[in-house]
Amino acid sequence: MKPLNDMISQLVGIPAEDGAPKGYRTAKRNISILILVITLAPTIVMTAINYLEYQRSLKEEILAPMRALVNKTKDSFELFLSERLSTLNFISSAYTYDELADEKKLNRIFRVIKKEFEDFVDLDLINSDGTHISYAGPYYSQNGNYAGQGWFDQVKVKGVYVSDVFRGFQRFPNIAVAVQHIPNDGREWILRATINIEKFDNLISSMNLDPESDAFLINHQGVLQTKSKFYGDVLEQPPLVPPKSLEPIVIEQTDYLGRHVFLAYSYLNYTNFIFALVRPLPDTLKEWYISRAGLLISLLAFVVGIFLMVLKLTDITISRIKESDDKRLLAMREMEHSHKLASIGRLAAGVAHEVNNPLAIVNEKAGLMKDLIEYRADFPDREKFLNLVDAIIQTVERCRAITHRLLGFARRIDVEIQILDLNEVIKETLAFLEKEALYRNIAIKLNLDKNLPRILSDKGQLQQVFLNLLNNAFAAIETGGTVYVATFDRDEKMVGVTFEDTGQGMSDETLKHIFEPFFTTKKAGYGTGLGLSISSGIIKRLGGEMGVRSKLGEGTTFTIYIPKETLQQTGDS
Amino acid sequence: MINWKVLLVDDEKDFVLTLAERLGLRGIEVITAFDGEGALQILKNCRPDVMILDLMMPGMSGSVVLEKVKKLYPGLQVIILTGMGSTPEGTTGVDLCAFEYLSKPVKIDDLIDKIGRAIKKGSAVN
Repeated sequence: MKPLNDMISQLVGIPAEDGAPKGYRTAKRNISILILVITLAPTIVMTAINYLEYQRSLKEEILAPMRALVNKTKDSFELFLSERLSTLNFISSAYTYDELADEKKLNRIFRVIKKEFEDFVDLDLINSDGTHISYAGPYYSQNGNYAGQGWFDQVKVKGVYVSDVFRGFQRFPNIAVAVQHIPNDGREWILRATINIEKFDNLISSMNLDPESDAFLINHQGVLQTKSKFYGDVLEQPPLVPPKSLEPIVIEQTDYLGRHVFLAYSYLNYTNFIFALVRPLPDTLKEWYISRAGLLISLLAFVVGIFLMVLKLTDITISRIKESDDKRLLAMREMEHSHKLASIGRLAAGVAHEVNNPLAIVNEKAGLMKDLIEYRADFPDREKFLNLVDAIIQTVERCRAITHRLLGFARRIDVEIQILDLNEVIKETLAFLEKEALYRNIAIKLNLDKNLPRILSDKGQLQQVFLNLLNNAFAAIETGGTVYVATFDRDEKMVGVTFEDTGQGMSDETLKHIFEPFFTTKKAGYGTGLGLSISSGIIKRLGGEMGVRSKLGEGTTFTIYIPKETLQQTGDS
Repeated sequence: MINWKVLLVDDEKDFVLTLAERLGLRGIEVITAFDGEGALQILKNCRPDVMILDLMMPGMSGSVVLEKVKKLYPGLQVIILTGMGSTPEGTTGVDLCAFEYLSKPVKIDDLIDKIGRAIKKGSAVN
């Protein structure tokens, strides 16, 4: 479990100990990304699979049959054409040029062919110079020369030619086909026939298309060669040109009627024709298309929802972690602080005690000297010596005051609730700062309520708070200012103390943060940013309240309300 | 002065001897001891009016001496004179038995005043 936890921690970058703000931001980003990937990946994969599955079934159920049908019908067209061309080739091979040049003979051959293939309309013989030789058919024979015409050049090059559709006799749609024959004696000729292509319509109708579908021939230039149900009559140009492709292909597009259609088509060999099949999107798929849009929208909404939720959750989680980290850090610092105070206290007590003993000896020796001088009336320079000894005794008294203050400080470390005269506690605390006040020309004005009731509270803790506030007041004053300290009886339950200074004051922005741990305006290394947060913590523990009022450039006032009776709490500090 | 008899117990010899001389100058009879055992030994043979006792001593500590003295001679008044603070805090267990707590250094007049009161209390009890 541990390596896994480590790996995840490393992955998301949770700061190990007292992490910098950057660490929390990185962790937030990484956790968000991780959760998003975990939650969104399956959805997206599922959607992708669904989409691909759709594509596959589309191919199987619609596209493949279409392609097969197009291929089959294309083969029928090609067969039709190749039968006609074979017939011409057969005639060319079976008869000589002279026989074909005889119009009577040609007419007889034409009638025989007509029995087999009634769609032959007429038959022409043209020699290699392009000169028309003979004709069989319903029209009158036309003399002329075809040399230089496109179809003639093509048949000379390729040996075979199939024309586009044109309207011929009785406006029937016709095509012209021609083959070139090169006999052994080298007198080549061209046999040309006109063919009625009404049969093309039969080929298309034999496909048994549903009413919504459409099939037609179209040439490379996009002109319809057969009638189309939706895209116009023969020789009209529909707004639909399939891109060039040798393989039968199916494309998806929207036609000019606004229908979503599949267009399957294939190029016919030796001709200018393309066979095309148009089939609209089946209803089942139409529904799928509509629901696909809905699906996409709901997927998007889902993704956005998850995204926002993950961001919010991560935000909350990380700020909770940060909060508890801060709290733990504060508790640690507080403990460290009180440990430090305790050891300073022990040291102070030790020093005081050790100093008191020799001090007592000095005191007694000096006292004895004084006694001896006083008991001997004839002591020379009696007055002078008495003064000297008194000076020693007074100095001892001064030292005694110092050591006793130190002992008092040491005792404050132990938490205990006792009966206190708050005014005395304040005076005692101020004694620590008297010298500094003197050096820095800071006046301390006391306005202590003489009738202040004694309270039941913790002297040491209160002194720590007072000392902190007085130190802050001193720090706020450059030189030459005043610190006002006042006590008053607020109500039946609380007494109040105010510490007011004429220092630099604080901005509203600073005021917002002063009770937060680690907030400091002092230079790095000069303040821990813990003083006020610890102080407000102490006052809260004692059941009191702490408030502040400040104006930039005018000064700051801290007000503390302390309950008259603080119940001894168990297990707390 | 009336003949008061005081037993002074402290490990600081200089302090004990000087204070004894000063009290002697004021007509008070002083017996000195430099540790707890010595003090208990002396008490076997003579009975002072008041015992002045230091708390921090090598060997038997002042609080142990106080306990024993209170058990053996309940009438004997004891004044604690110590380098530690002047109030009972930190000296748990002994605060009930001692007549008074004084902290070093002490003014001679204060000490004599306390001795007088202790003797008055002692004679009232006896």
